[in-house]
Amino acid sequence: MNESAAGRPLPAPLRPIERLGGLSIDVVQSLGRFGRFLFQAVVLAFVPPFKFGRLIDRMHFIGFRSLIIVILTGGFTGMVLGLQIFLTLSRFGSEAFLGPAVALSLIRELGPVLCAVFVTGLAGSALTAEIGIMKITEQIDALTVMALSPMRYLVVPAIVAGLITFPLLTAIFDVVGIFGGYLVGVELLGLSPGTYFGEMQNFVDWGDIMTGFWKSLSFGIIVPWVCTYKGFYCGHGAEGVARATTQAVVLSSIVILVWDYFLGSVLP
Amino acid sequence: MIRVENLHKSFGGQPVLRGVNLAIATGEIMVIIGRSGGGKSVLLKHLLRLLRPDSGRVAVDGVDITRLRGAELDRIRSRYGVVFQGGALFDSMTVFDNVAFPLREKSRYSDQEIRQRVEEKLQQVGLSRMGDKNPAEISGGMRKRVAIARALVTEPEIVFFDEPTTGLDPILVNTIHHLITELHRTFRFTAVMVSHEIPEIFQIGHRVAMLHNGVIVETGPPEAVQSSSNPVVQQFIRGEVESTAVPQDRGVTVGGRA
Repeated sequence: MNESAAGRPLPAPLRPIERLGGLSIDVVQSLGRFGRFLFQAVVLAFVPPFKFGRLIDRMHFIGFRSLIIVILTGGFTGMVLGLQIFLTLSRFGSEAFLGPAVALSLIRELGPVLCAVFVTGLAGSALTAEIGIMKITEQIDALTVMALSPMRYLVVPAIVAGLITFPLLTAIFDVVGIFGGYLVGVELLGLSPGTYFGEMQNFVDWGDIMTGFWKSLSFGIIVPWVCTYKGFYCGHGAEGVARATTQAVVLSSIVILVWDYFLGSVLP
Repeated sequence: MIRVENLHKSFGGQPVLRGVNLAIATGEIMVIIGRSGGGKSVLLKHLLRLLRPDSGRVAVDGVDITRLRGAELDRIRSRYGVVFQGGALFDSMTVFDNVAFPLREKSRYSDQEIRQRVEEKLQQVGLSRMGDKNPAEISGGMRKRVAIARALVTEPEIVFFDEPTTGLDPILVNTIHHLITELHRTFRFTAVMVSHEIPEIFQIGHRVAMLHNGVIVETGPPEAVQSSSNPVVQQFIRGEVESTAVPQDRGVTVGGRA
C-alpha cells in the first residue's frame, strides 16, 4: 500500500500525507459517482419507456406503507408540541398563540424533517436492503444482460414516487400534528377551539406552507437518491447489505438536516 | 462466433485474467472448467460485458463489445440468454412472471402469445404446474430450471450458463445437463458453460477449455482434454491435491475483495 507510483515504499514521514491524498481521491470519486447517479436517473425520468407500474408499486412501497407511522408520529409530535408550548406560553399569559406556534413549527420545520426521517427509517432502509439483495443475488446483472436498464426499473420510479409521496405524507403529518396539538391544548388544557384555529389562520400564510412544501419535495428526492445509491453500491454478502442499509439511514438523516438548514436560511 | 483476444483484468492490483485467448464457434457448447477463484466467472462477466477488461477484446461476430455502449450494446445483449449461478430470479415475481418478464419488456407479443410461450417453456423444463409459485417456495433444482426457462424464452442465439448445477444432487445434475443437451438439440444456440462437474460435462460439451492462473491452458474436444499431458489439467480432472498447482489468485472475487 505504502508505495510511490514507481513502486518504491515511501519514507515513513510521507505516508500519512499519501494516505490523506488517497482518502481525498476516494471522497471526490464517491461524490462524483453519487452526483452522476442522480443525473442519470433524472435524464431517464424524461426518456420513454416510462414504467408506470413500477411507479405505482414504489408509491405504495414508500407512501402507503409509511402512512401508519406518519399518522402516529405526527399525532404525538403535535401533542408534545401542544403541551410544551402551552406550558411555556402560559408563563407569559399568551396561551392564545398556541395554535400558530404549533402550526408554524410543524408546517415550516418539524413536519417535513421528522416525516422525512421517519420515512427514511421505514421505507428508505427497506429500499436499500431490497436493491442491495438484488445486487448480491445477481438480479441487477440479470436486468442488465436482458438489455434492460436497472436504473430505469429500480431508481427512477423510487425517486419519482418520493417526489409525489413525500409532500403528501408531510401534509398528513402536519394536519394530524395540528389536531394532536388541538387535543392537548383545547380538549385537555381548556383553550378555546376558536382561539386555537382563529389565531392559526391569522399567523400562518402561504409562504409558510410553501416553505414546508419545497422542503418535503427536496427530501422526496434526497431520501430515494441516497437509499437507492447505497443499495446499488453495497458491498458483498449479508454484511455488505447490512452496512449499506445503516449508511443509507445515517447519511439520509444527515443530508436531510443539513439541507433543511440551508433551505431554512434561503427560503422566506 | 465469440472471440476472446489477450484479455487482461486485475482487481486492486491483483491480476485475475492474464491474457485469455479463446474462440467459441457458432452453435457449439463450450465448457469452461477451472478451479474456484481461477477467474471463470470474471471471464464470463467479460463475455456478458458486465465488466470491462484492462486490455484485450471480446468480439461477438466480429464486433468488439468491450467498446460498445447504449443501444449498440443492448442489440448484442438482446441475442443473449443467461443462467446465473444462483438463478437470479426476481423475488417479487412468481415463476410465471419471471419467465414472462423478458417477453413483456422486450417483445411485442400479445398477452395471449406470451402466456402460450411461457407455458411452453415451463413445460420444456418440467415445471408446467409451478407458474403460480414464488421463487422462495421452490427447490434449488427447480429454481435453476426456471432460470433456464427464462434465459431461453426469448429464443436467444447465445446462452451462458454460470455453474448451472452447483449445489445440486447428482440426479439433479444429470437432469439439468440432459435438459441443456435436449434444449440445445432443439434450438441450436451457442452455449458457453462454466462448470466444475467432472466428468459429466465431458458428455455435454462439444469443446472444453481449462482456465488456470488467468490463462487458458488447454482447449479442445472433451476426449483430447481428458487425455491431455498437461499436469495441471490432469490434476484438476482427477481432483488430486497438489500444493504446486494451487492458483496464486485463489480467493479473489469480482471487485477485488477476497
